[in-house]
Amino acid sequence: MSHRLPTVHEMAAAIILLARASRMIEWLSSPRTIVAAILVLLLAVLPLLTQAFDQRYLLSIGTRIVIWSIAAISLNMILGYGGLVSFGHAVFFGIGGYAVGILSASGLQSGWLQWPVAIAASVLWAALVGALSLRTRGVYFIMITLAFAQLVYYVSAGLEAYGADDGLNISRSRFPGLIDLRDKASFYWLCFVLLLGTLWFCSRFANSRFGFVIRGAKSNDQRMMALGFPVFRYRLAAFTLSGAFGGLAGILLANEGAYVSPAMMSWVKSGDLIVIVVLGGMGTLFGPLYGTIAFFVLEESLKPLLDLVHKGWGEYWQIVFGPMLVLIALYAKGGIDSLLGPRHEGRRHD
Amino acid sequence: MDYLLIQMLNGVQLGLLMFLLAAGLTLTFGIMDLVNLAHGSLYMMGAYLAWTLIGWTDSFVLGAILALPATFLLGVAVEAVVMRRLYARDHLDQVLATFGLILFFNELVRAVWGPAGKSIAVPAFLSYTVEILPGVLYPAYRFAIIVVGILVALLLAWLVAHTRLGMLIRAGASNRRMIAALGVNIELLFSLVFGLGAVFAGLAGLMAAPISSVKIGMGDDILILALVIIVIGGIGSIKGAFVAAMVVGQIDIVGRAFLPDFLKTFMAPAAASSAAPAISQVLVYVLMAGVLVWRPTGLFGQRT
Repeated sequence: MSHRLPTVHEMAAAIILLARASRMIEWLSSPRTIVAAILVLLLAVLPLLTQAFDQRYLLSIGTRIVIWSIAAISLNMILGYGGLVSFGHAVFFGIGGYAVGILSASGLQSGWLQWPVAIAASVLWAALVGALSLRTRGVYFIMITLAFAQLVYYVSAGLEAYGADDGLNISRSRFPGLIDLRDKASFYWLCFVLLLGTLWFCSRFANSRFGFVIRGAKSNDQRMMALGFPVFRYRLAAFTLSGAFGGLAGILLANEGAYVSPAMMSWVKSGDLIVIVVLGGMGTLFGPLYGTIAFFVLEESLKPLLDLVHKGWGEYWQIVFGPMLVLIALYAKGGIDSLLGPRHEGRRHD
Repeated sequence: MDYLLIQMLNGVQLGLLMFLLAAGLTLTFGIMDLVNLAHGSLYMMGAYLAWTLIGWTDSFVLGAILALPATFLLGVAVEAVVMRRLYARDHLDQVLATFGLILFFNELVRAVWGPAGKSIAVPAFLSYTVEILPGVLYPAYRFAIIVVGILVALLLAWLVAHTRLGMLIRAGASNRRMIAALGVNIELLFSLVFGLGAVFAGLAGLMAAPISSVKIGMGDDILILALVIIVIGGIGSIKGAFVAAMVVGQIDIVGRAFLPDFLKTFMAPAAASSAAPAISQVLVYVLMAGVLVWRPTGLFGQRT
């Protein structure tokens, strides 16, 4: 029996390892992680499921959910983490979409050209609007972002050469030899991969020093300024990044329906995006995804439900949906994400 | 020259309508610190209620007069059920809840009055043209809108500057808590102010009805213009709302009327006539952006 007693160092290392493992297990087994993992898995295999059950319509809803989630995540970066109520975020649907549409109508079909141009246009517009609107605060910020979005809306409605009010049928972006966007399943998976990329980026953003400055400025921008952070510049950077991802969603939306129109960026869509972010849970990673799913499921299920109550009522589902929004605004502060238990992020100051 | 004069009068008329809408908005912003996107719904409801009441009474004036207390009651009800719970909330909650109200009212109208637009005829006693200058004819109804609009603006100015209610409104706008602490029934004051805003919105809606049509969502576009107006004028300032409404009215109408001819000098005629309304809208927003860059709290807003 030559058993050596473990040294103090070895014991300490073992305890730390155990503690880490238990924290890992706790994280893995928390409802928040499990729900998010199941959801991502389900989304990953959605085309297989819809094919197996022969529900093509569901795939098209799924595609729109994924695209809207990207836009909602991008809005969440400034609205959820930054506390900046931008009421014009759907404008990036329009800018991304119209950049693709106008290039496509001019005979430039290559996605390698269209997509970077569309993102660049969104970034430029976001930088311009951000530089002007971030000088204001509160109600003024809400209104000026709304007004700039309306401006683009009216410009697009006046573009006679590109269909004006009626919009424009386009052919989908081409990536020869790589992917055919006309194939519904491939297109869905492309959107899904881009959603994963957006989620990854947002999690890096939220936990970076940059993200903490944005979050700090939400609770108290005076304090952040006193600490020496140039809050305006940080916010402008976040606003611009958010616009870039919003533009990406616009590109995808245009390719989804092979159609762009001013209605893509009507102010109601901007309102819908805010609803989605709040419904899912502001300033949470997966909140916008939950919010988008809940929003689309509500829309698709309220109609048949109301039709069940009384034939023909389904058409008026917004009579029920509107008051639901009022109730959400009044009583559901943390959104869907908060149903999954408290967040471990230290104390919050808002 | 005559054409210019008529278009400018149309601009004044549109400006006054927008002022009626903006006055209520700026009061609720200024006093209750409430972002009320559903204000446009009250404009729409005013027009629809007037349509129904005019049908019942068979008289434009009677129907219009009855529609005003009806929108007042509607406003007070909306305030009691929803708005009252929102005053202490942040702007995001207010945007969300009032956005929900817009969806509700738009669908309600569709369910009750049907999806097709309604029209209210210009009342017979006003369906002639006035000769405002030798050789310049102007529809009497539009002229009546201008007169009513100016009267209401004067009434509002008098109300705010010379009555006890106006004193409380001004006091409330500068320090809500203090007047509550002084024993003023602030809930009643808020109800009254909201109801008053609803009446102005309803009046604007029903007066606009014979010119445009009564349709779902009619309040939404003009609401955004009214929001732009109060942002330009400075939130909480009636004077600012009036000045901004006049300027925006001129830009909108005169732009629509004269831009096509100007654009046709270097564009295809079809493209010019569809681009002109867009450009005149864009000018309004460019004006707003310019004002906000110059003065971030609007022309007459209190500096914070």
